[in-house]
Amino acid sequence: MSEVSAQQNPNAILSDDGVPLKQKLARTTRTLKWRAFLLTLPLVLFLFISFVLPIGQMLLRSVHNPSASNVLPQFAEIIQDWDEQGLPDEAVFAAFVDDMQTAKKNREIGKTIGNLATRMNYEMPGTRSLFTSTGRKVNKIKAGPYKEALLKTNKKWDNPVIWRTLKRVSRDYTPAFYLAALDRKYDDDGNIVRADELYQIYVSNFGKTLGMSVVITFFCFILAFPVAYLLSTLPMRTSNLLMILVLLPFWTSLLVRTTAWIAILQTEGIINDILVYLGVVADDGRIQMIYNQTGTIISMVHILLPFMILPLYSVMKTISPSYMRAARSMGGTPFNAFRRIYFPQTLPGIAAGTLLVFILSIGFYITPALVGGEDGILISNLIAYHIQKSLNWSLGAALGAILLVVILVLYWLYNKLVGIEKLSFG
Amino acid sequence: MNSSADPFVSFREVQKSYDGEILVVKNLNLDIAKGEFLTMLGPSGSGKSTCLMMLAGFEPATNGEIYLGGRPINKVPPHKRGIGMVFQNYALFPHMSVSENLAYPLQVRKMSGADVKAKVKRALDMVELGDFGDRRPAQLSGGQQQRVAVARALVFEPDLVLMDEPLGALDKQLREQMQYEIKHIHEQLGVTVVYVTHDQTEALTMSDRVAVFNDGVIQQLSTPDDLYERPQNAFVAQFIGENNTLSGTVEHIDGSKCTVKTDGGDTVIAEKVNVDKVGDRTTLSLRPERVELDPSSAMDDVLPGKIEELIYLGDHIRVRVDVAGNDEFIVKVRNRSDMRPLAAGQAVQIGWNSSDCKALDFTG
Amino acid sequence: MKLPKLLLSSLIAAGLMSTAGLAQAGSHSESITVVSWGGAYTKSQVEAYHKPWIAKTGKQIKSEDYNGGTAEIKAQVEAGNVTWDLVDVELSDAIRACDEGLLETIDHSELPAGADGKPATEDFMEGTLHECAVANIVWSTIFAYDKSKMADGPKTIADFFDLEKFPGKRGLRKNPKSNLEFALMADGVAAKDVYEVLATEEGVDRAFKKLDSIKDSVIWWEAGAQPPQLLADGEVAMTTAYNGRIFNAVAGEDKPFEIVWDGQIWDLDLWVIPKGAKNKDLAMDFLKFSTATEQLAAQASYISYGPARMSSAPLVGKYHNKDIDMGPQMPTAPDNLTNAVQNNFEFWADNQDQLSERFNAWLAG
Repeated sequence: MSEVSAQQNPNAILSDDGVPLKQKLARTTRTLKWRAFLLTLPLVLFLFISFVLPIGQMLLRSVHNPSASNVLPQFAEIIQDWDEQGLPDEAVFAAFVDDMQTAKKNREIGKTIGNLATRMNYEMPGTRSLFTSTGRKVNKIKAGPYKEALLKTNKKWDNPVIWRTLKRVSRDYTPAFYLAALDRKYDDDGNIVRADELYQIYVSNFGKTLGMSVVITFFCFILAFPVAYLLSTLPMRTSNLLMILVLLPFWTSLLVRTTAWIAILQTEGIINDILVYLGVVADDGRIQMIYNQTGTIISMVHILLPFMILPLYSVMKTISPSYMRAARSMGGTPFNAFRRIYFPQTLPGIAAGTLLVFILSIGFYITPALVGGEDGILISNLIAYHIQKSLNWSLGAALGAILLVVILVLYWLYNKLVGIEKLSFG
Repeated sequence: MNSSADPFVSFREVQKSYDGEILVVKNLNLDIAKGEFLTMLGPSGSGKSTCLMMLAGFEPATNGEIYLGGRPINKVPPHKRGIGMVFQNYALFPHMSVSENLAYPLQVRKMSGADVKAKVKRALDMVELGDFGDRRPAQLSGGQQQRVAVARALVFEPDLVLMDEPLGALDKQLREQMQYEIKHIHEQLGVTVVYVTHDQTEALTMSDRVAVFNDGVIQQLSTPDDLYERPQNAFVAQFIGENNTLSGTVEHIDGSKCTVKTDGGDTVIAEKVNVDKVGDRTTLSLRPERVELDPSSAMDDVLPGKIEELIYLGDHIRVRVDVAGNDEFIVKVRNRSDMRPLAAGQAVQIGWNSSDCKALDFTG
Repeated sequence: MKLPKLLLSSLIAAGLMSTAGLAQAGSHSESITVVSWGGAYTKSQVEAYHKPWIAKTGKQIKSEDYNGGTAEIKAQVEAGNVTWDLVDVELSDAIRACDEGLLETIDHSELPAGADGKPATEDFMEGTLHECAVANIVWSTIFAYDKSKMADGPKTIADFFDLEKFPGKRGLRKNPKSNLEFALMADGVAAKDVYEVLATEEGVDRAFKKLDSIKDSVIWWEAGAQPPQLLADGEVAMTTAYNGRIFNAVAGEDKPFEIVWDGQIWDLDLWVIPKGAKNKDLAMDFLKFSTATEQLAAQASYISYGPARMSSAPLVGKYHNKDIDMGPQMPTAPDNLTNAVQNNFEFWADNQDQLSERFNAWLAG
């Protein structure tokens, strides 16, 4: 044994019993490593179940939608061979009718004609009733020729665009939801085109979400920097008190705070009342400060402020006052000392705070939903709309995936510009 | 080291209070001559650092006036005082390289790029860190950081440099080495240095004069040897070097000498330093190395005592004896080959010359 | 070594599940969860359906509110954890959910015969019985105003869109449904042609253009209880609303509100049972009970929604505690139907997604 290993690597240092030292070391530390790994196992499992799996599922759902092939298994297979000229041939129609009848009979959740109709209606609005009404009549078709029989139930089946769309929809993996999320769609010939301007909503909302996040982050920074500075320089007792004031909103329910802003900012609210009382504005000229972008920005800045103050504070706390003194003693004016000595040292905190606030505001949901009105809603509200109201989960997933990509790209850019290792939460 | 003619730095009746109730600096008067190395020495809370901060301009004097080069500077902001400063933890800017740190004071003085470069290089060479210009402070050892801090305080050629416990963070060996280096730089450049420390060895080693602070007051301002040899009061005697004390009452005064009856009942002749009249309580101060065990020659005071403990230290032996009612009395005995063997419990004679026994104010 | 452990843990798991199942069966068999639209409407159902049923059977009812739509039903059915036993839904949602297999089918022959002995399939009005749903009421989206603040109030749907003649904010439901129809009727489209026009791209443009003319003055509402509140608070000068809500504010709280029936859009509310409902049989029992002739008629004395059974009509009397004849308050009263349109569920099933998208884009723009 020792000879063998010695031959393998003549320079290897052997321990007393002839085993190479490296092996011996690995063997003795292996147990320790395993034990350490086992300790993290619950967290790893938890993260996997609560984070990796759902995200993975979301990503899958955004491209994978088997509604059509679930409902029309035979049809989905043979339609792919169709050359898209005119109408498909009799065999395809036979498969279609047979599949429809089976689906009608089974009424299995997720595999009903309604599911197919919903899926088709996404790509070809107005076709839902064609499918559902055909579903109600399809059992009357007892024998072929099926093409004729189907056309008799509804003459709309004569439209080749429907069959072309069906062919596309029958594929389980589709980019259609990403197209929709980017305000694109297929035209009748299957080409990708921009959606009609009146139906474009997502790209501009992504832009708006990013823009508002920048504005919110900026205001948070402007407001938080002096507060954090004050906190870090005041004597402990005073700064603790102030810190509680900063954190107090943190301990209050998000909903309560948002509602408080509604009470303050609404047209019949406190600020408007005061302005009217002071005669600054007329009673019928009350300022609209909520249910629009302004309201969203004001309340989100308030809600996210602690996320900016805390990293700034904890970084500033570590900056010894002697740096500023040193700079002053060397002849630096207060401003110069601040700009060249103090400020650069707060950069890790600024980096952490801005990244935190920006990413939080990009995905913020409740506040814009409550005070955003119509033009203050963000992309997360649209995602929620598709998850909760329209039930187009695939589109919601595609929007979510795009949001995820946008954040990852920003994170990467940020890393390039600032360097993530510089990030400090204190 | 006479500072009377035209002091470079002058504290006049300076008082400082942080809370309006307690004076941390009480009526300070201090003149510092140009080129002098003056150390403010004292325990923490004695007011020495506050004095330094007032001089640097980071703390306003509550009362009184500070003059720099004859000009009152109470209203001059720190950056216009032109005083170099070395901080306790160096305060090297962590986000700048060593060269950038050194360049900062030059840049704010709007110096040309070439000049800045030359001066930075010269300053780095002076502290023997010529090759370290591109490093960040965090990449340097403690001693190197210390040198950079000194270089940075000197690079813009101030007439006055303040040092606030600059060696506190270093280990003993490095500290001693740096003491000499700072001393040499001071001699080389002739710059005035005000140095704050609580380490008496440091103060004695480096300074031209030492101001011993306690309780917001300068207890004594003297040269290092004066401080040691001729302490003006019990605090200074205690604080500087090792010291034995005996409490007693003055019985008789005769010119510069006085006779004191110790609380142990013995009568001792001492040098009258800080006692006024017969009947005053006094603390007698004796350096351990000035006391002899079983004196061979005649001495002014010889008292009987008993050896309590022996501590062998190589070059000398510390002997703790019980004498005149004090069982913490230390005698340093040189380790000689011809000395008689000592043992605990042994009865001995303890003697000293009256000039080495100072009758100081009573401390209880 | 491994096998016994596995066995043991699966045994424990099975044991836990079976006891949990027992516990569930025990506690749920005695009660059903009935979900409806809240406010005055749910109250009328509690009075007319819930209380008599509880008195008769001794079972319990857990009443929950929601704001319509099929999202919750879909989520529950797909997750296999259906906690709702009976849900009051709009027609288009009932059809859609049924098509998607989210609902139990209902055998119409099981429904009780009318008071006059007619079988249920003949007693229910046309179009009120569906594969998975049984209608209980006819309701309507109308608009209303506060007559104490507007002496000479609006008379037609066109007045709703006339900001010059009737200045002030307007309340509208945050949904394209009914708003587009109102807009077209206000723009001069006859009630019977509304869906025909709306089926064309030009018709949709025309509707949005009309909505554009009041967009800046609109306050959007989502829950049925909001419009009477908006009127009462003076937040809006007039608002669209469900007719029963306005009636109850008038009858129950003496609010000076006036309903304008011109251009009303009537629709059905139906009971549906989510597929896999835990207490399906009990829910079915409640469904049969609540859609009997007397219960439907009784509900009409608490809220001004018309019963879906013809045999209930003669039994409809006065408001439960006031001398108000309920007949003329019904959407189906002849005087109220002079310019009315029935909500076209098929149109909305086909176009809801697309029009919602456009509506949202329009809102944000």
